[in-house]
Amino acid sequence: MLTLNCPYCGVDAEETELSPGGEAHLKRFGPGSSEEAFEGYLFVRENPKGVHFERWRHAYGCGKWFHAARCTMTLEVFGTYPAQTFEPPKDIKDKITAKRPGWAWRDFGGDGA
Amino acid sequence: MSDLATITRADARGMITLRGDLASAAMKKAVKAATGQAVPKPGKIAGDGARGVLWMSPDELLVMVPYADVAQTLAAMDKTLTGQHYLAADVSDARAVFTVAGDHAREVLARLCPVDLHADSFAIGDARRTRFAQVAAAFWAHEAGFDVVCFRSVGDYMDGLLRNAAKASPTGAFG
Repeated sequence: MLTLNCPYCGVDAEETELSPGGEAHLKRFGPGSSEEAFEGYLFVRENPKGVHFERWRHAYGCGKWFHAARCTMTLEVFGTYPAQTFEPPKDIKDKITAKRPGWAWRDFGGDGA
Repeated sequence: MSDLATITRADARGMITLRGDLASAAMKKAVKAATGQAVPKPGKIAGDGARGVLWMSPDELLVMVPYADVAQTLAAMDKTLTGQHYLAADVSDARAVFTVAGDHAREVLARLCPVDLHADSFAIGDARRTRFAQVAAAFWAHEAGFDVVCFRSVGDYMDGLLRNAAKASPTGAFG
């Protein structure tokens, strides 16, 4: 059972109080983009064993979307943060680096941190 | 086996959903005029179920006033908030309200919702929106127990849920 802290309410919400929203930080490719980019936007997703970034909605609570960084293998939650951002905040990335040295996820982590 | 708590379905209460920028001066003024209370902090209720205001989300409050006062309260809010980006709607008839009273009221709620209800974690004046079995609801703690608010369309379901959950012996987990 996953328990995530809603960054808006500040409460620890249990998984049944939340709705999953799939992968976080997707960049939208709409009309005018290449077919490969559009296909990637629609269908290509990460499926990592380890660090992952997801969107969740506090459906039974405040109703807001937020992001969560967690480990798919251990279910450890590194942190949650509001959805109004294009990349994870530095403190969460630092926390992941401390616990999972050398992690990488899409454009984040790795040598670029 | 006696019931853990007394469940009563409350009479119609005046409820207004108020959305907008909660930090704005006009919003603070409108809430103060309607309830005599300041805008509550996240997860809190200011005042009580008869006249009070409940924090629902970063841009939403539930203002509670006597049923007969809703129309005039709404008119006053519209006047105060003119020019702002806001929404004030009368939702009184869309809600069902229950009071769960008694020494073991915490046990009743703990059987239904995924919330830490120990007195150290959830004190008087704390409020929470969550899930009761299969339906959405909000509740807050007061001196006598809890008030629970849900959609009226699921009011009978909630009534059955609470009464059924009250039929148990105390676990003693809440002291």
